[in-house]
Amino acid sequence: MTAPLDAPADIDVGNLALDDFDVSDPKLYQDDIWYPYFARLRREAPVHYCRQSLYGPYWSVTKYKDIMQVEVNHQVFSSASELGGIAVEDQPKDMDRPSFIRMDPPKHDEQRMVVSPVVAPGNLANMEGVIRERTARVLDGLPRGETFDWVDRVSVELTTMMLATLFDYPWEDRRQLTYWSDVAIANVRSPDAPVHSEEEKFAELTKMAEALGKLFQERAQQPPKFDLLSMLAHGEATRNMPFREFMGTLSLLIVGGNDTTRNSMTGGLMALNEYPGEYQKLRDDPSLIPSMVSEVIRYVTPVIHMRRTAKEDSEIGGKEIKKGDKVVMWYVSGNRDPEAIEDPDKFIIDRPRPRQHLSFGFGIHRCVGNRLAELQLRILWEEIMQRYPVIEVMGPARRTYSNFIHGIRSLPVRIPA
Amino acid sequence: MPKITYIEHGGREHRVEVPLERSVMRGAVDNNIPGIDADCGGECACATCHVYVDDAWLSVTGTPVPGSQEASMLSFAALAQPNSRLSCQLKVSEALDGLIVRLPEGQH
Repeated sequence: MTAPLDAPADIDVGNLALDDFDVSDPKLYQDDIWYPYFARLRREAPVHYCRQSLYGPYWSVTKYKDIMQVEVNHQVFSSASELGGIAVEDQPKDMDRPSFIRMDPPKHDEQRMVVSPVVAPGNLANMEGVIRERTARVLDGLPRGETFDWVDRVSVELTTMMLATLFDYPWEDRRQLTYWSDVAIANVRSPDAPVHSEEEKFAELTKMAEALGKLFQERAQQPPKFDLLSMLAHGEATRNMPFREFMGTLSLLIVGGNDTTRNSMTGGLMALNEYPGEYQKLRDDPSLIPSMVSEVIRYVTPVIHMRRTAKEDSEIGGKEIKKGDKVVMWYVSGNRDPEAIEDPDKFIIDRPRPRQHLSFGFGIHRCVGNRLAELQLRILWEEIMQRYPVIEVMGPARRTYSNFIHGIRSLPVRIPA
Repeated sequence: MPKITYIEHGGREHRVEVPLERSVMRGAVDNNIPGIDADCGGECACATCHVYVDDAWLSVTGTPVPGSQEASMLSFAALAQPNSRLSCQLKVSEALDGLIVRLPEGQH
């Protein structure tokens, strides 16, 4: 295996041969320099074939409408773990960890329905009070007049608390969940990843499954409760999962349940600092918060891509797709497609139709927790605006080396004294 | 123009005219009726335009074809019932003049 090609920051994308485009390079996202690559692909090769990459050949789908076409056609474009799953990089065959996001119907449907009630509208109404109370406490405890890391003090803290509640996990150990989430999404080639080989990742996730497996067993013996482990332990379709499927399912729920929201919590504050006019609009009219929350989720696009595998010959945007081809839907690009979204590169908190974005995906794999994520973000901004009209970004964000999760590892900020 | 009645979860009624060939979802969105999110814009790809069709109208609207995209999206919608439809898949016609739909507690 060759090392990924690091794209130099000053590269002239306009002169690069389209054949040489490889947007799977994680460096593009770590350095936040992916925009011109996709702008050119959308213009000149909206469905683009990359012949050679670290992950083998793959198709890139870059326009909103073409991505939608792939999303709704799960009969042809499969998510199955056996075919490679949902990321441009396959999990190693002997260490693959299936879960319902990496399955097609009918098994996908049966397992998804076990967990979806926890994030359905009725239960969200029950959770709103506790989320607000915790958010207020975390915000009240922040320092004034000194620089601190927003990611650690706010984004990770709040989403970890949410995760501990969803799993009914021992409160004092809750940062273990964050650690496992970071392990699950880690690119093992990155020097600052928590694990440095697929074997090490598998070993750490085995520890996760053992720790949570104990709680799962206990809850299987108790009457059903409304937490994810109890629901899995009592669900017809999930109570007897093989060990690796149990690992995969926990990883999915942990990552899905916190990492994406974490990065939206950070990315929203960055966007408001980038666009002082929008920040002022928010101060003048906090009733824009729900619309801003959707715009933050679009602008941040917490999941960079999802991958499918063609089960038969097909066509996307006039290109012939062959059975077995890897098809990558670049959500970051579809969310910047000017044919679908007006002024897509701008952050506009009161844009028309803010909910029409690709960040949650569409079709049967659409993010099951999307309403919970929006609720957490709405409450966060409502509570922030009641306390802190200004939070200043003091330096650059450090981003995650990943082509899958659009992560922000740290962000120095200051609340004026 | 056919008239459609949308009843919010809280009971508030909206009776509006919707042009022929438009979807019942579009009729709600164009008239700013709260309770229909329509995140995917009418592609039958998200289930956030979920409505309950009044029982008297079910024979006219019909129910989703088993195995169809609408049926599979609806199977994930919270609070789906036998009279559930995705309103983006209901096209307004003279036959639907007077249709009554109720909106769920929330879209998911």
